[in-house]
Parts: sequence; structure tokens; C-alpha cells
Amino acid sequence: MVSWVTAAPAITSAFLASLVEVVEAFTIVLAVSTIRGYRPAILGSLAGLVLLGLMVVVLGPMLNRVPLNLLQIVIGVLLLLFGMRWLRTAILRAAGIIPLRDEQLKFDQATANLKDARAHESRLDWLAGITAFKAVVIEGLEVVFIVIAIGAGPGLLLPASLGALAAFVLVLFAGIAVRRPLARVPENTLKFGVGLMLTAFGVFWTGEGLGVNWPGSDLAILGFVIVFLLIAVGLVAFARRLVPEIAK
Amino acid sequence: MRTLIAIIREVANLFVDDGSLAFAILAVAAIAVFLAIMLKASALAVGFVLLGGCAAVLIENVIRTVRRN
Repeated sequence: MVSWVTAAPAITSAFLASLVEVVEAFTIVLAVSTIRGYRPAILGSLAGLVLLGLMVVVLGPMLNRVPLNLLQIVIGVLLLLFGMRWLRTAILRAAGIIPLRDEQLKFDQATANLKDARAHESRLDWLAGITAFKAVVIEGLEVVFIVIAIGAGPGLLLPASLGALAAFVLVLFAGIAVRRPLARVPENTLKFGVGLMLTAFGVFWTGEGLGVNWPGSDLAILGFVIVFLLIAVGLVAFARRLVPEIAK
Repeated sequence: MRTLIAIIREVANLFVDDGSLAFAILAVAAIAVFLAIMLKASALAVGFVLLGGCAAVLIENVIRTVRRN
């Protein structure tokens, strides 16, 4: 039985990280349904979900054949690549060096692309379906990776999956309720928090794979989150001071 | 085919955005593996290299990006 001390960070990380990805996929699927109706949006999304399900079913059992230490190192390094990329982007966005992501803008771009394709009316349903399919597969792959990576520890796959499922259900219901891009989701704050957690998990798993017995065992993850949080906050303050005109 | 290429490109972008950041992270991981497996260094040293190395990589990358802008 996994303790809450271990399961809570896994559920939270998977939930928040998946929330970001599901919101991004939802924006595109909503654009498709707005321009071309629910049919291609739902069919494209379902096809994407089926492909993701097949990948999990086929590739999932293969992970059991990889030695645990090697798996921890590989997943740990991938988490570092993924988490530090998010953290870097979130720091630069928080400091005003690069612009924030705008869900309304993404929605408008996807809508404009589909409107442009109206010249080829007969192919539009197909194109709309493919657009929804691509969004679900691309963002879904990120969710699958996050769940597998965070769930790499003993007994953590279920908590991580539940976190991702909760994000999916929340976005689905919120999206159906408002029928607009979920532009008010604080995407950069989420990315900041998730980047911190994934980086902390990455250091932890890579070390575990190399035989490091971290002080405090799983609690070390919390310590790593605090270390990277302090560094990230310091970097944001430093960047804002160095480039004040951009921050304004 | 274009959809497939777009998906593959997006998957690659999951892990690599700024090439120098990805390279530096891989270098830190490689040093930690070398210390642990080849030099049989203490677990504490390997842990310190991992944590300190990743922190240093992040700090250096962000400061360099800010200065470039």
C-alpha cells in the first residue's frame, strides 16, 4: 500500500501537468467543433484516444522487461529534460523575457486555419478531424509520458493515472460548461509548479537508478522542489532586475 | 505523412527546446553515471553532482538567455 506522503506528489504532479496538456488539446478540439461541428471533433478526438490507448497497451508491458535501475535512470533523465525545459520556459515567461501562452490566440489561429481551408469544402470534415486527432495525440503523448515517468516508482502508476484522469474529466466538464477556450487557466503558474516537480522527480529517479539512497527517502523529492523553487524565484527576480523594460 | 512528421517533431520537442540546455543536462547525467559506475564514487557524491549539476545548468542557461535578450 502506497502512503499518502508518496502518492500525493505523484497525483498532484500528474494532475497539474496533465491539466496543461489537456487544456491545450481542448482549445484545438473546440476550434474544430466551432467551425465544423461536433462530429469531426469527436471522431478525430476518439481516434486519437484509441491510438494513445493502443500505444499504452503495446508499449506498457515492455517496460516491465527493462531492469528497474536502467528504467529509473532513463526515465529520470527524460524527466530532467522535460521538467527543466518547462521550468526554464516558465521562468523566462514570468520574467517577461518571452510572451505568455495565449489560449484565445491559439483558438483563433486554429479557427483561421480551418476557415482558410473552406476553399476545399469537400475535404474540410477530413481536415477538421485530422486537426482534432493531431492535437489529442500530441498532447496525449505528453500526458502518457508524464504518467509513466511519475508512476515509475513502486505503486505510483495508479496514483499518477488517477491524477491525469482527474485533469481530463475536469477540463472536459469545464470546457463543456463554458464552451470557450479555457484562457483563464493560469498556464504559466501551472507550468512553473509542474516544471519544479518534474525536475525534482528527475533528480530523484536518476539518483535512485544510480544507487543513491537519498536522505529522507521519498521526502527528498519535497526537498528538491524547495531547492529548485528558491533557485527559480531568484532567477525570475534577477531577470526582471536585469531587463526591467521587458518586464514592464 | 505530414501529420506523422508533425507528431514526431512535437514528441522530440517534448524534451529538446533549447539544445544547449538538453546537452548540459545529458552531460550532468553522464558525469553522474561515470562517477557511480566507473569510479564507484560514494552515493553522496553522485547525488551532490546530480542535484548541484542540474541547479547550475538551469542557472547558467537562464542567465545566458536573459543576457542575450
